[in-house]
Amino acid sequence: MITAGVDIGSTSSKVVVLAEGEKILNKVIIPVGAGSSGPARAFEQSIREVNLSREDIKRVIATGYGRNTFTGADQQITEITCHARGVYELVPGVKTIIDIGGQDAKAIGIGKGGTVSNLIMNDKCAAGTGRFLEVMSRILEINIEDLADLAALAKNEISISNTCTVFAESEVISQLSTGTSREDVAAGIVQSVVGRVAGLVKRIGVQCEVVMTGGVCLNWMIIKVMEKELAVPVIASPMAQLTGALGAALLAFESAS
Amino acid sequence: MPEKLTSRNLLNQLQTRHYTNAYAAKIKGQLVGWATSIFPQEFCETMDLTVVYPENHAAAVAAKRGALPLLEQAESEGYSMDLCSYARINLAYMKSQAAEIPIPLPDFILCCNNICNTLIKWYENIAAELNIPMILIDVPYNHGYEPTPAAIDYIKSEFGECIRQLEKITGRPFNHEGFRKVMILSNENSRAWKRVLDLNQAVPAPLNGFELFNYMSQMVCARGRQETGELLKLLIEELEEKIKLGKSCYEDGEKCRVMWDGIACWPHIKHNFKAFAKNGINIVCSSYPEAWVLLYEPGNLDELAKVYSMIGNNTCMEYQADKREREVKNFKLDGILFHVNRSCKVMDFMQYEQQRLVAARTGVSIMNFDGDQADPRNFAAAQFETRLEALKEIVAHHKSAKKSKEVTNNDPA
Repeated sequence: MITAGVDIGSTSSKVVVLAEGEKILNKVIIPVGAGSSGPARAFEQSIREVNLSREDIKRVIATGYGRNTFTGADQQITEITCHARGVYELVPGVKTIIDIGGQDAKAIGIGKGGTVSNLIMNDKCAAGTGRFLEVMSRILEINIEDLADLAALAKNEISISNTCTVFAESEVISQLSTGTSREDVAAGIVQSVVGRVAGLVKRIGVQCEVVMTGGVCLNWMIIKVMEKELAVPVIASPMAQLTGALGAALLAFESAS
Repeated sequence: MPEKLTSRNLLNQLQTRHYTNAYAAKIKGQLVGWATSIFPQEFCETMDLTVVYPENHAAAVAAKRGALPLLEQAESEGYSMDLCSYARINLAYMKSQAAEIPIPLPDFILCCNNICNTLIKWYENIAAELNIPMILIDVPYNHGYEPTPAAIDYIKSEFGECIRQLEKITGRPFNHEGFRKVMILSNENSRAWKRVLDLNQAVPAPLNGFELFNYMSQMVCARGRQETGELLKLLIEELEEKIKLGKSCYEDGEKCRVMWDGIACWPHIKHNFKAFAKNGINIVCSSYPEAWVLLYEPGNLDELAKVYSMIGNNTCMEYQADKREREVKNFKLDGILFHVNRSCKVMDFMQYEQQRLVAARTGVSIMNFDGDQADPRNFAAAQFETRLEALKEIVAHHKSAKKSKEVTNNDPA
């Protein structure tokens, strides 16, 4: 049986195609998300590349911010449940998940069998989310992927006091214009995100294994600083931003079986 | 044959009459007061005064999507958008009187800070702008489980001053026998309102939370009046009938029972209702409508002072956690949805610790969302829907795990 998970975030669309709930047949990421052609393109590409058609897919589950607008799905499940299922598959000992998405950040406590036992999400403010990192990377004139390497070169990390993304943007511009190095600013940005998200994790109680998922876990400096902040090892999800789509594909397999 | 009067129709009639009567009184030259939502109405009811409630009015304006022009007006006059949205709507209304539902301007103010302290500055401002008298019942915060004897004495002394001021404003003496009758009636209505709320302990619950919020408006505006008793009697009969028939308020049945913690999100109430109904989640109880259950021994001013002092926002952490714990048990709750309300800081600032305490004591699933009681700009529909669906998924997992455990335990093998 072939199933698929489609994770439609605010900034990207991710698809995992799965055979028998075990073997990954294909995985696709397209860097545009909800409200764009991204989800349909990502899904089309994911099945076309392995010579499948929609009829070959027994069940499709959509997740993420744009889950309710994707017409090709049989069911919608929130990214919270899908990330939990995906991470549990990849790191069975997981007890705490940190997911920094484009629009929100979550700390998820995991109980027996990979189910969600506790959950805390940020407030509506964009501080501590992937969008915050994107905005700041643009000011630093770098790709978001390069933020970690730049932050690692910091000599005197600055502190960004504003939690509001718009005000923090002004604060960073002001720092740069008064001669603060881009490296020191980058380190301050990483610390700002980690500080906000670590607060959420501490509220649900830090329990090992702690796994970070979503695209932000590719930023190795965020993992490193998060480890320092929580005083425990933090594992980056082996499938990073595809973890939610994997969870959706697994849940599709389990509900169709 | 005339159509049978339902409680919903009667509620609409009473609420319309409440506002039209206030206007009629003003036109006739009678005094009209503005009061905070949990002011001891027993005093003004005894004096047979016409009183309207700006918080109830602001909620109605917001529910009819009329809040934004007033909020923008208040902000253009210099009020910060960090202030309570009810206050901003009302302060703007005082100047422009531009709202679909009009209320007459006040001749006097009745203010009790048992729900928050913003009220004092908000109403002082009105009193100063309109040059009208303001009666303040200042209620100390309860750091302990109950008000101290000194606090009770202090509040009672203010009751005396309130009577003196009302006599001066109206030029009439206070009728102490009438006061007793109003207290008796107010208690009967509070008991009936509690009965309404408690009937929702039935599974499935006969009433959804959004209807509770609507019926609540009668308790805010007229809990010392005969007609409120008639409305509640009719509502109780309807609910008991529904319970007898085992009828849920949702056609597809009630899949998940939750408490709505905090004030309604009035500008988005239709959206909120649809999102709940779509997911089969019912709000079976809420800390919000329960605030108008005010029970005391009629004639006992110590108890009157105590009951008006022990309003949710004015009570300590332990008292609030105990109350929520009882509700989780009595209403067989699967979850609690906390409204992190940008307008009501005093209601929000205990929420995280309340969530931790109640979850630890009961194991109930908890979720929060960002919103505002009357400012439509402080709400994101997609975020709300995701959190509501996540709560439903978590509850479903918990129920399924519990069921599997029961099956395993009952397995003779």
